[in-house]
Amino acid sequence: MKSLLVYLKDYKKESVLGPLFKLLEASFELIVPLVVASMIDVGIAESDRNYVIRMCIIMAALGVTGLISSVTAQFFAAKAAVGFATKLRHALFAHIQSLSFSSMDEQGTSTLITRMTSDINQIQSGVNMVLRLFLRSPFIVFGAMIMAFTVDVKAALIFVVIIPLLSVVVFGIILISIPLFSKVQNSLDRVLGITRENLTGVRVIRAFGKEMDETDKFDRQTDALKKIQVMAAKISALMNPVTYVIINGGLIVLIYTGAVRVESGALTQGQVVALVNYMSQILVELVKLANLIITITKAVACGNRVAGVFDIPAGMENGKGSLTEGEGRGTVSFDHVSMRYHEGGEEALTEITFKAEQGETIGIIGGTGSGKTTLVHLIPRFYDAEKGSVKIDGVDVKEYDLTTLRDKVGIVMQKAVLFKGSIRENLLWGNEDATDEELWQALKIAQAEEFVLQKEGGLDAPVEQEGRNLSGGQKQRLSIARALVKKPEILILDDSASALDYATDAKLRKALREVPFETTVFIVSQRASSLMHANQIIVLDDGCVAAIGRHEQLLEDCEIYQEIYYSQFERSERKKG
Amino acid sequence: MKEKSGKQKDTLIKVLKYIKPYRFLMALTIIMAIVSVALTLYLPILTGDAVDLLAFIGQTFFWPDLFSLLGKMAVVILLTALAQWIMSLSNNKIVYNIIQDIRKKAFRKLEVLPLKYMDAHSHGDIVSRVVADVDQFADGLLIGFTQLFTGVITIIGTLGFMLSVNVGITIVVVVITPVSLLVAAFIAKKTFNMFKLQSETRGEQTTLINEMIGNQKVVQAFNREDETLEKFDEINGRLEKCSLRAIFFSSLTNPCTRFVNSLVYTGVGLTGALAVIRTSGIFSVGQLTCFLSYANQYTKPFNEISGVITELQNALACAARIFELIEEEPQIPDTEDAVILDHVQGKVDLDHVAFSYVPERKLIEDLDLHVNPGQRIAIVGPTGCGKTTIINLLMRFYDVDQGAICVEGTDIRRITRKSLRTSYGMVLQDTWLKRGTIRDNITVGKPEASEEEIIAAAKKSHAHSFIRRLPEGYDTVISEDGGSLSQGQKQLLCITRVMLSLPPMLILDEATSSIDTRTEIKIQKAFASMMEGRTSFIVAHRLSTIQNADVILVMKDGHIIEQGNHEELLEKKGFYAELYQSQFALG
Repeated sequence: MKSLLVYLKDYKKESVLGPLFKLLEASFELIVPLVVASMIDVGIAESDRNYVIRMCIIMAALGVTGLISSVTAQFFAAKAAVGFATKLRHALFAHIQSLSFSSMDEQGTSTLITRMTSDINQIQSGVNMVLRLFLRSPFIVFGAMIMAFTVDVKAALIFVVIIPLLSVVVFGIILISIPLFSKVQNSLDRVLGITRENLTGVRVIRAFGKEMDETDKFDRQTDALKKIQVMAAKISALMNPVTYVIINGGLIVLIYTGAVRVESGALTQGQVVALVNYMSQILVELVKLANLIITITKAVACGNRVAGVFDIPAGMENGKGSLTEGEGRGTVSFDHVSMRYHEGGEEALTEITFKAEQGETIGIIGGTGSGKTTLVHLIPRFYDAEKGSVKIDGVDVKEYDLTTLRDKVGIVMQKAVLFKGSIRENLLWGNEDATDEELWQALKIAQAEEFVLQKEGGLDAPVEQEGRNLSGGQKQRLSIARALVKKPEILILDDSASALDYATDAKLRKALREVPFETTVFIVSQRASSLMHANQIIVLDDGCVAAIGRHEQLLEDCEIYQEIYYSQFERSERKKG
Repeated sequence: MKEKSGKQKDTLIKVLKYIKPYRFLMALTIIMAIVSVALTLYLPILTGDAVDLLAFIGQTFFWPDLFSLLGKMAVVILLTALAQWIMSLSNNKIVYNIIQDIRKKAFRKLEVLPLKYMDAHSHGDIVSRVVADVDQFADGLLIGFTQLFTGVITIIGTLGFMLSVNVGITIVVVVITPVSLLVAAFIAKKTFNMFKLQSETRGEQTTLINEMIGNQKVVQAFNREDETLEKFDEINGRLEKCSLRAIFFSSLTNPCTRFVNSLVYTGVGLTGALAVIRTSGIFSVGQLTCFLSYANQYTKPFNEISGVITELQNALACAARIFELIEEEPQIPDTEDAVILDHVQGKVDLDHVAFSYVPERKLIEDLDLHVNPGQRIAIVGPTGCGKTTIINLLMRFYDVDQGAICVEGTDIRRITRKSLRTSYGMVLQDTWLKRGTIRDNITVGKPEASEEEIIAAAKKSHAHSFIRRLPEGYDTVISEDGGSLSQGQKQLLCITRVMLSLPPMLILDEATSSIDTRTEIKIQKAFASMMEGRTSFIVAHRLSTIQNADVILVMKDGHIIEQGNHEELLEKKGFYAELYQSQFALG
């Protein structure tokens, strides 16, 4: 939580002025009992009506100045809190964006989203409250004590005993509840998890008739949630009664001491009234505080969750050389590259070595889980190789500036993702400055021209969130077009035609061979027919290179490739023959 | 406006229904609130008496009287604290039980909602109803209960006490105080729109966050971090402005009402002091002290209530969103006399079936299909032609608009959903794995399966070798949606699931699309032996996987345009033949 406070630093002025004005208001409030006391002791005792009226005017004036300073304080507090949250949100979003693929895999998106939204909102209200009241309350409490000293030192000693006692109770309760609130938050995460799971997996759950089991599971989670909630609430419920007893106990002692002191002539009746007033001001303030404790405790718990995200190191460091220029040829070489996803886990890739020249087409084929996707993800440095080196244009990818590196590479992922906006906006992701002509050209190559033309509005046709209003095949073709708009030196197609029927796939491959710019193409595919014309085909088996070569060559001497190929063609070949 | 308040009233009535089971606890809360307020109000009287007693210092009765007063105070204080404590406890119990009831009810509704609802609504929205809205509602209810009760009771109580002490000064208090309510109402009205704007902007931001963080990898691949951040900052900037306005203006309520209070206080002081002078002590200084503290106590709840009302409105708005979900029309329940399907042979008939998702766009019209036990039916055709829709209908995820689907001669609408659905083993292109161990995921359809059965199934689906290599083997915990498993591995697990439960009929919708063809062929063999004697429906792109189906349905735009086995269809030289040739087009 503490580490987040740096985002307040641009609001130093506000975060100082806010509480300051609040204190000003509080000090005016503290003067009020004094005024009342002298009204009683002087005005009433001497039956001086004018004096009474004068004192009342002073009270009203104190009220007005109190109002002005309080409004000013609220403004500064709100400004600082909102500004803080805005900065924090910006920083967190930027940080999440910089996280590496492996950190994202580990965290999962849903918890990042809650932290980004509801947790930060909680922190914002917490900061606002702290600026407004957390200084004010101790100030009133201690102020009341000091004022009590000015009235009578001996009676004021009661305050000296009570106040530490109260602080122990208040902070004790806060300290005990913070971990409980974190638990509540985590338990809530799990309730959210099951709900999400039941929505995304509704077909499977119903297909297996598992509704009842899921309901049981949900019930168990909400039961657990309720238990923690009630437990946390039980502890906060102690706050009010305990503080009430302590303060009013103090009141009894105060009246007793007051009586002794009046008897000895050291105090007047009015002064006892003032002391009683100070005591009740403390009570009022603490009741207010008790209601805020929950807000603040929650804010701290949420703050810790957000700070937890900041603790994840930003994924990739920019290269030491931070090369921003390259030769732009698009050659790629792997030199004894090994990589694993988790420390201590199995190697996902082992000792991969190959070289792709400018303009070549490289096919990658292999069994499920053989490391095809992992291999191509190393090129734009989504993950870092553990051993060996990946080089583009002869330079290690770790030496490049990340932006420069990723500008060189156009990748189409297995899962086609589009964003809310228009088709044009989506395509422009590849290159902000692309002309319509260039967009259409890319669409044409990606075999998407036809259906985009049919859409109402053409390029300006709307795309819903995640492209929900498009079919799987359409999404894939648009994401291919998006990568083409970039005119990258290296183009990677990661099994990105799986939703296309064979006819379209064939047309796409043909068009890709005729792209009007020089590019090195990597094609990951299950279909041997997609790779047949590649300059090199890398056959992966369990993370190792089984063979590299051209189609004909592999067909002759690579057993695995033969198996793959004949699994797709055997029957028809035979029939043809 | 009137309509809105009517809706609020409806929601309120529904909330009361949820409170009903806890009416005894509720009564306890109210009684404790009354007790604690009454005692809280009684204390200043005792204090005032004690202060007045100070004037008689030196008299013989002074010390005994003072002690008896202080003793009374001590008892009152302890009782108040006890009442407050019991009130909070019972209050918490009510609230957390109610929200648990509501959550459970909402979840049960999710399990019986028609798929149409899930397909049409954003999952994020539904989740936020079940989680965030219920939470907000709980907060509102908690604050509402404690503060509204004690507030109202305090106002009534103080009024009574004040009247009993001095009528004149009470009138001063009563006249000035409502000013603070007016001020609060004015501010609340003015800030309502600002709050609305704030929550709308927040919604907009959440949508962006959802989209961008959910697809972070693509954003990074295209170096769009800066642009995305820019877009984010634009919304963030707007949010800052409107939040600041909303928070600042709404926070004016407190200082303003406090100002009114200080005026009340001054008014009481003035009239009180003058009264003491005028009556030369009949209205005593002690009474004035006690009055001043009443004035404070009386005005405070007015501030709180004005705050509570916004809180409660917010809570009601959230409650309305939850009730909307809870009251959503469920799927038509199984009929009373619904039969339980067992000993399924696999005879499936579709008679003149018509179906469309939206009435304006016809999809399937007059579809006739008769499947004999053990037949293999393959469905091919371009994207969007209705292949997946047929599966939705077979599984009764959606009901047909016209015609009927019969299994073993019985209309599926007269069969229990559970027995119908468990008769099919379904593997979809969209893999779904839940958070849990690999074992949990495999045994979904057969929780009682033995270790040997699980391993045998995994071997058949060729998942065993990769599972064995995971850090904890079958006990490896996978995160939401499979975590770092590859797409193909996820599909293998889904297939294992079906291999284990061995249902009498099969539905495979692109079940092997992400699996390499070599493994696929092996799996096909396993499928083939499994399909022996089992009716199966297969949707596939790869025509090689469906060549030996008994019947191939070629669909286009919701209609079956060709029907027959592989050889017959090739003879025809129609759409299917074209599709088939394109696979081997080397161009």
